[in-house]
Amino acid sequence: MSEGHSPLAQFEIKRLIPYDINGIDVSFTNSSLFMLIAVAAITLFLTVSMRGRAMVPGRMQSIAELSYEFIANMLKENVGSEGRKYFPFIFSVFMFVLFCNLIGMIPYAFTVTSHIVVTFGLALIVFVTVTLVGIFRHGFKFLGFFIPKDVPFVLLVLLVPIEIISYFVRPISLSVRLFANMLAGHTLMKVFGSFVIALSWWGGWLPLTFITALTGLEFLVAFLQAYVFAILSCLYLNDAIHLHH
Amino acid sequence: MEVEAAKMIGAGIATVALAGVGIGLGNIFGSYISGSLRNPAAAPKVFGNVLLAFALTEAVALFALVIAFLILFT
Repeated sequence: MSEGHSPLAQFEIKRLIPYDINGIDVSFTNSSLFMLIAVAAITLFLTVSMRGRAMVPGRMQSIAELSYEFIANMLKENVGSEGRKYFPFIFSVFMFVLFCNLIGMIPYAFTVTSHIVVTFGLALIVFVTVTLVGIFRHGFKFLGFFIPKDVPFVLLVLLVPIEIISYFVRPISLSVRLFANMLAGHTLMKVFGSFVIALSWWGGWLPLTFITALTGLEFLVAFLQAYVFAILSCLYLNDAIHLHH
Repeated sequence: MEVEAAKMIGAGIATVALAGVGIGLGNIFGSYISGSLRNPAAAPKVFGNVLLAFALTEAVALFALVIAFLILFT
């Protein structure tokens, strides 16, 4: 297999406008380009579809309202009425991840979320925000989050370090989950795509049917991972707002 | 043993995590099906949770894949 056709070649970052400041590479890459496209697509989708402001929504307006209500209900169910003011935050994170995933499904498009840097950045934003919310709401009492209730003292010695570790591993698991799903899905599609070429017209039909089903699954995964990312952010937020669930 | 060969074997062993994931996924959908046969009215309510559990379990398989990639390509 030549270099350009490796299943991992699609994740390569290319500098479109090379630029660096004092040795720090801040080039405009294809990753940045597709992030801008995703943000532009979200803005366009939400503003254009809501332009009519009809009482009885049309097709586009109902999709926009649906995505709004989806996140609003998620916050209400998982965080409660206090989660209301964090709606813009969760909604932006959800829409950004969803659109990056979906735009990545277009052939030859670049999947922004298939890079650990991007997803780890997103997860870190969620983690830091949630931790700050917890600290500002509860002050010093926030540390009580790491001490499980109604546990004998002997067990606390064991449990408190576990609680602390599991808290700080959150951004890692959150980011690796999204990144690994995108990476694995796109690699798998590329591998099966190369099977179609290798088996040519007499044997390629089998992988072709498989890759069609796989594309459907990938669209499901693209949505599901954005959903999981948003709902886990909600759960973390709930932990920070109501200590001891 | 040569390092290259050891890497290949290690990457192969890393996929053993898939056994657990298989059990987990079977458990999720099995419980969902038996639960929804007992109480069909409640089935749509838990389907969202089923998808969430599916995504979380599948992620474990992908953690193993990432480990395998790390072993192979670093």
